[in-house]
Amino acid sequence: MDHLLFLIATGLARGAIFALFALSLVLIWRAARIINFAQGAMALVATYAAFAVTGMTGSYWAGLGAGILAGAAIGLGVERGLMRFTRDSHPLAGIIVAIGLVMVLQALLGIFFGQQHRPMHTPFSDSPLTVGGVPLLSPYDIFVLVVALAVMGGLALLFNRTSMGLQLRASAFSPEVSRVLGVRVSLMVTVGWMLSAAVAALAAMLLVPTELGLNPHSTDVLFVYAFTVAVVGGLDSPVGALLGGLVVGVAMTLVTGYLGATFAPIGVLVLLVVVLLVKPGGIFSMREARSA
Amino acid sequence: MNRIAPSLTGAPRTIVMGAVLTVVAIAATFGLDPYRNFQLATIVAYFCAVAGLTLLVGLTGQLSLGHAALMAVGGYAYALTASLATDMGLDGLPRFLLGMAGAIAASTLHGLLLGLAGARLHGPYLAGLTLGIAIALPAVTAQFSGVLGGDQGLRIDRDDVPAVLSRLIVVEQWQAWVAIMIAGVVVTGLAAVRRSSLGLRMRAVRDDETAARLSGVPAGRVKVVAFTLSSVAAGAGGAALCFVTQSVSPGAYTLAFSLLLVVAAVVGGLGSIGGAALGAALIVMLPWLVATLTDLVDMPAELEQRLSGNLGLLVFGALLIIVMLARPGGLAGLRRGRRTRRTSAEDPTPPSGPDAVAATSPTGATAADPAPASALREMPANDQPRTPQTVLQSPTERER
Amino acid sequence: MSQRTATGVSLDIAGLTVGYGGEPVLHGVGLTLRPGEVVAVLGANGAGKTTLLRTLAGLVRPTAGSIELGGADILTLRTEDRARRGLALVPDGQSVVAELTVDENLRLGALWRHRGAARERAIAEIYDLFEPLARRRSSAGHQLSGGERQMLAIGRALVAEPALLAVDEPSLGLAPLIVGDVMTALRDAAASRGLTVLLAEQNVTSALSIADRGVVLSLGTVVADAPADLLASDADLRHAYLGF
Repeated sequence: MDHLLFLIATGLARGAIFALFALSLVLIWRAARIINFAQGAMALVATYAAFAVTGMTGSYWAGLGAGILAGAAIGLGVERGLMRFTRDSHPLAGIIVAIGLVMVLQALLGIFFGQQHRPMHTPFSDSPLTVGGVPLLSPYDIFVLVVALAVMGGLALLFNRTSMGLQLRASAFSPEVSRVLGVRVSLMVTVGWMLSAAVAALAAMLLVPTELGLNPHSTDVLFVYAFTVAVVGGLDSPVGALLGGLVVGVAMTLVTGYLGATFAPIGVLVLLVVVLLVKPGGIFSMREARSA
Repeated sequence: MNRIAPSLTGAPRTIVMGAVLTVVAIAATFGLDPYRNFQLATIVAYFCAVAGLTLLVGLTGQLSLGHAALMAVGGYAYALTASLATDMGLDGLPRFLLGMAGAIAASTLHGLLLGLAGARLHGPYLAGLTLGIAIALPAVTAQFSGVLGGDQGLRIDRDDVPAVLSRLIVVEQWQAWVAIMIAGVVVTGLAAVRRSSLGLRMRAVRDDETAARLSGVPAGRVKVVAFTLSSVAAGAGGAALCFVTQSVSPGAYTLAFSLLLVVAAVVGGLGSIGGAALGAALIVMLPWLVATLTDLVDMPAELEQRLSGNLGLLVFGALLIIVMLARPGGLAGLRRGRRTRRTSAEDPTPPSGPDAVAATSPTGATAADPAPASALREMPANDQPRTPQTVLQSPTERER
Repeated sequence: MSQRTATGVSLDIAGLTVGYGGEPVLHGVGLTLRPGEVVAVLGANGAGKTTLLRTLAGLVRPTAGSIELGGADILTLRTEDRARRGLALVPDGQSVVAELTVDENLRLGALWRHRGAARERAIAEIYDLFEPLARRRSSAGHQLSGGERQMLAIGRALVAEPALLAVDEPSLGLAPLIVGDVMTALRDAAASRGLTVLLAEQNVTSALSIADRGVVLSLGTVVADAPADLLASDADLRHAYLGF
């Protein structure tokens, strides 16, 4: 029973990271109607930047800030330099270019930094606090949860309460009408990519310290999990990403805790297949409402 | 080709061409040393999978990022049935045929299941699902390590050169022959499908699924059949590879390898079978070439190790991007999709009036867009489906 | 209505040719609107009305010709910059952003023109003009009726206080009674703001009822350009090009 509580608590912290990364996929999907298969690799490059800055300054926080900025800059570069040119093509063209980008980025990381795992340190202790004799969340888990919820709240405010957010939403839903109304849609698409890549970078920076360490493939599995979360939650739905992330995080931690770590990828695959077959629009999707 | 065999058309011509090319490839093995024959056998095994993939992506617009896992299905099934056959006291041709039958049955089953899922999904969802399969493969082999051997995978007995040929060729050449014959049968089959009415239906589904449905093409069934065929081709390639290397393991069928198959299909030109052969050769030869080159240059051992592992990947990734961005015209399939979208976005013919609006459906099936339907009736089976309205729209492209 | 920044401007279109390939959709169309004039572009389905308006807004690039708004060449401007020069297009099909609320749609229209309190005032004016919208402020676009959607699309264009309003088929898909309401609202808005209006319509009678002048397009060329009352009474012309 104690073990179960512990697993659920850590699952929530893990799930918050999945949710954050899935949210970044939702942001790009809404801005550009692309599932960015390079999101993991782009976030990883930003994490390497954070690692380097932390190494130079000795400050975790400087690294975190630098990583977020690097993420936004990478988002800008990828959208303006590559993805913009696939916008009028078949949707597959964007996916294939993104896959090419994954290969290029991972190869460059491998050439410059090697394949070894570089441990990243947490700013807070990652050993669980015990409440009434039961080990629950670690201070770092709490930090992750707080950051993830704060970012999601901030994004919700940005999208729903500001002019920028209104333009971002309008551009995503009806690009042509938005242009006719004077909205600079292509700027909004770029802003969407920058926001999304920055959020993904943050998620990767939160995850990597809890794993083996930094390596050119550190985010491969994160991407697959987050993709599953985004599909479970519905690609159009930020709320779906949040709930889906928590559900998948807890489910995966339970599967790993009770059945073993090798079962987790199979569990994710089963979940993905079931959701895609039963409700391809996602459990929390608004699509039905919209087409009605 | 018409000049060589003017009287042959359709499927018979495809079969004759396939047979001729198979014989030519077998003859070519006499000019190669054992190591080159081993490389050739590998290329040919990859060719099966890439041909299946290029047909899937180029003709139906479905992207699979898990074709390496489907090759693994064929490889494991071959190893399991061949081992079973050994236990039953069989060897030689009966064992090989039993193994192939097992591989094809297993990859048909997996392709059918995935195809059923894929038929209901749009491009990015299917790509994500197949990506999940590629990631889950090591977990599956570890979970069922009793049967699948975990990380070590399975090993099988080597098939020696048949007695009648043993004076003539060595085992590597024999393995190349077998791989070539497998590829000959599989790829000829795919080429025939591509030229058949089924191939036309696949293109119709890719160009505009709604329009295809409206003109009576059972889009779902066409996609399932396409995925299954593609999966069988990949499985046959995996079986061929298992025959050549006498082993199959999850480490040989990683996500990275799946992505390499995509590179091969894209660089060769989506939908092009000749291109698939070039692409398969590229993904085998380029890493080898890079390794050879880095050996020649004098550099620190650590740097050399980093480069040898990654330089090939870098080149492949860059190739993928460059081909996709700079030469979309080479990719017949995706260019067509682009036109259809452009027209729907940019006000096709001037629709003003209730009936015009009714015809401009939200899916982009514009009034002037009965392409898939007319394609089925009028088009000769060739590579470039240029319907009249494709021609009509092309100057819209030029405006940009 | 006191501090109007923009009033109607002139529009000069000359030699406009647009081709999607093959046969051009518009062949050398010429058209001049005086400031504050309401002109109906009439023509059968396929005559090129929508293409003309979309080319005007910069959504379609012409192969030849010129477009001047208030004497300034706007041909090289992008769609969003033309909007900021005071050219407002109301696309066909009651094109509201279905996922946004009525209020958000109007806010979007006012975004680049007004800030703060001025924005709220401009939006309030639209609610005065189209009373049914005021009752549905927080309904999403997809929950509105066809007539409400068309009012919202026009209101959203007006809130930016354009100098030229181009409206594509506002009567499309609306019940006859509603068409009358929409046309009246359009006329009142144009009159009170001194707007120049280009109204593309297939519904000849209602379009001519509010227009000063009518221009008839047929197969991409201008075949008639006459005062509205003259056009309405010219039986030959109606038979030949307008089908009634």
